[in-house]
Amino acid sequence: MPANYRQTGGITMSANMLKNAAGRSVPDTVNGKPVVPYMGLDKYRPQGIHQSPRITTNIDYPADGNKRVASLKEALKCAGLRDGMTISTHHHFREGDLVANMVFDCASELGVKDLCWFPSASFPCHAYLLKYLDDGTISHIEGSMNGPLGRYCSEGKMRKTAVLRSHGGRYQAIQDGEVKIDIAVIGAGCADPFGNANGVYGPSASGLLGFALADSRYADKVIVVTDNLIPFPCIPWQIQGNYVDFTVQVDRVGIPEKIVSGTTEITRSPDRLMIAEMTARFCDVAGIISDGFSFQAGAGGTSLSVGNCFAEIMRKKGIKARFARGGSNKYLVNMLEEGLVEYILDGQTFDLDGVRSIRDNPRHVMTSPFTSYNFHSKGNFASMVDVVILGATEVDLNFNANVVTHSDGYLLHGLGGWQNCLFGKTVILPLPLFRDRIPVIKDEVTTLCGPGQLIDVIITERGIAINPLRTDLIKKVKGSGLPVKSLSQLKKEAESICGLPEKPVFTDKIVAAIKWVDGTVIDVVRQVVREGKE
Amino acid sequence: MIYTAGNRGDRVRSDCFMSLETGSGKGIHIDLKSKVKALYGESITDLCRKMLAFFGIEQASLEVEDYGALPFTLAARLEAVIKKHVQTEKEYLLPILPQNEYQTAKDADRVSRLYLPGDNPKLMINAGIYGCHGIILDLEDSVAPDKKYEARFLVRNALRSVDFYGAERMVRINQLPSGLEDLNYIIPHPINLILIPKCETEAQVVQADARISEILGHKNETVHLMPIIENAAGVMNAHNIARASDNDVAMAIGLEDYTADIGVQRTPEGKETFFARCIVVNAARAAGIQPIDSVFSDIEDMEALAGYVRESKSLGFTGMGCIHPRQVALVNEYFLPDKEEISKAKKIVFAFEKAEKEGKGVVALGSKMIDPPIVRRALRTIEKAVNAGKLPTNWRDNDER
Repeated sequence: MPANYRQTGGITMSANMLKNAAGRSVPDTVNGKPVVPYMGLDKYRPQGIHQSPRITTNIDYPADGNKRVASLKEALKCAGLRDGMTISTHHHFREGDLVANMVFDCASELGVKDLCWFPSASFPCHAYLLKYLDDGTISHIEGSMNGPLGRYCSEGKMRKTAVLRSHGGRYQAIQDGEVKIDIAVIGAGCADPFGNANGVYGPSASGLLGFALADSRYADKVIVVTDNLIPFPCIPWQIQGNYVDFTVQVDRVGIPEKIVSGTTEITRSPDRLMIAEMTARFCDVAGIISDGFSFQAGAGGTSLSVGNCFAEIMRKKGIKARFARGGSNKYLVNMLEEGLVEYILDGQTFDLDGVRSIRDNPRHVMTSPFTSYNFHSKGNFASMVDVVILGATEVDLNFNANVVTHSDGYLLHGLGGWQNCLFGKTVILPLPLFRDRIPVIKDEVTTLCGPGQLIDVIITERGIAINPLRTDLIKKVKGSGLPVKSLSQLKKEAESICGLPEKPVFTDKIVAAIKWVDGTVIDVVRQVVREGKE
Repeated sequence: MIYTAGNRGDRVRSDCFMSLETGSGKGIHIDLKSKVKALYGESITDLCRKMLAFFGIEQASLEVEDYGALPFTLAARLEAVIKKHVQTEKEYLLPILPQNEYQTAKDADRVSRLYLPGDNPKLMINAGIYGCHGIILDLEDSVAPDKKYEARFLVRNALRSVDFYGAERMVRINQLPSGLEDLNYIIPHPINLILIPKCETEAQVVQADARISEILGHKNETVHLMPIIENAAGVMNAHNIARASDNDVAMAIGLEDYTADIGVQRTPEGKETFFARCIVVNAARAAGIQPIDSVFSDIEDMEALAGYVRESKSLGFTGMGCIHPRQVALVNEYFLPDKEEISKAKKIVFAFEKAEKEGKGVVALGSKMIDPPIVRRALRTIEKAVNAGKLPTNWRDNDER
């Protein structure tokens, strides 16, 4: 690593800045590697052959199927861990994850430096890794940047540039060779010595392991870590041992109460409840809630109550949804068990009801970013969903939205499946018009994560804005009594309450690149000047 | 000497905490900690400087812990803390939102009135979006004794700056006589109605009324009054209280205090309050004003609330207080005419209009004769249903007769 890396950041002075199709200024290289600027919706079509893992032969693996290694450190050594490698982990353990932190403890003990951490998402518990970012064990993160890690990155402290991708974009990047995983470490609630693994049993049960699927198939070396090793066969084998090099048993891979926290309850805030009710009413009036429809509502408090309102409407009408996309939790499971939803196509389970259901109910099905979101599959589920309820930190007058930074410029969230879900047939963002004085509607979003063409409706407690492109929706809700307004009307309303916000101050240094689902760069995040203007 | 005002802590939102020390000898020093500093830091500091100058403070050290407070809150907290230091008649008033200046009719619907603690700005900001007929900024029981002084500034500023989207703007003052002092902070600002708590005598109503006229001076505005009956003495005086002033528009009953006063437990069946509630309904009706029922204090149990509202309506009350926004929709729904009432009212109106057209003096619906008061009530039911959106304005056109 050049000595001056820290000063210049990951974007070296040689990077040229280009205007992408969204009008954002982005570099042509990130961390020294060339990147393609966003070209517009459905414009970029990479050619060539899917990336393949190196050929392995079973004569190199124990015939008795026992791939156990004494410790994680040993396994990493066996896997050839060395400076500059890319190490992946998954986020099914959420805030209860211990695996990623253990991996870098080992790396640090082994004196390895300059690693790229490639998680499917990070959580505040990974603030533990800040010391390894500080001492150079980790050079940078390609994945989501939550809480403290985002703050660290935003203040320009990370040695290289972060790269944020959606769940589908992560699969894409692995498949087309943009990211080469050297070692994948897959934590599992249950595994056998051969490496078959699942997330439905054991103290650290997390439901499923779909986010680790690509890692298991494409990484050069795969390590399965569990605190619940059972004799072969581990059924179901959500992760197939045939992809696995080493298995390790440890005391704990996660903190159960933080894996399936069950803390996400239906919102109690009257404002959010009102927004949720309005969202459901909108969908009803627009004719979206009809027999055999499909929906995806996130796991936030507002989204949960949207699901609840959907259920009420379905009961009244005597209709069913053909399928719902998870994240699943007790509310969605209840709908499945009540017969309001015929199938849950699940990406992750948030509570023990979800874990039980995916284990026992054949109609509760495990999915992965490959089936749901991947750009390089032959189609995916995301575009088949009738209505998708998502969040955002900001939207602008052109319906563009931001989910990764706050209006003060700090990077605090990952993309998750958000960008991928924008391909649903109708995309609705229920948002409070302002949060703690900060208006949600801007002239221009701080960071562009999703183009406005894909965002159909913004629902706030003070009115509903429908994308002018959706003339069908506009027609359907006419005369319904729903408070339809323009985004600029809503923006003005918020600013008359909150006052006109000042602009956060950034340096020129790029601290993170935001990828679109096809792997192009849709925007970048710049270093914030701490504490506003002082 | 350091004084403070406002609230702080992890759960505080849309509020701030100000701590002011004057006379430091080093000019004005402002230390701002705010989660919205990058976006509103300058405007917050500007407001503080402007206010300190307005009150003639030249030497001060001000610490601001801001949790996303809006300007009306920042200004209220700062004025409160300044006035703990200096005695002055001056008031720092933010401009009145033009849409906040409206008058309400004596017989306006007062089905749902949402109580908001006068020291909690967060709840005020969105209070107007739930569709309640009235919003009560409370200076009395929901404000801790040591916060009463500060709450006056916050309530005053809210009356000027917070859009309640047409809901009747109400304040519950403290029990007299200290409630009379509250009026000085409230009456010169956009206010429609004053609730007088723990009212026992007509003299109290007269006293409040007189103070209000005195403050209003020659301004041609009406501030309505709603006395609240909360003890046995009040119940026995209810009729006199109800007709004590032309500005009385409604009379409410407060059952928590009332049951304590007569030494009984409040039960779900409510036998113990039946007498008092009937008295209040009759006293109000005799005086030509609206009888308003007590609040229902279990905000989780919506079914019990529905039962309570049904009974309340059957006793003759025309509305009640809400202590949580969640209660508003249900209270509106159950107090307002239901499907059967609406359909019956329509039949009556149609029958009446038909009889009129045919020049008949007597109106009949089936085998029943219909008197003019019944027709009037039917028309009122329809008006309410239309106002509540339960009936389209063109209900005559798209309905079979």
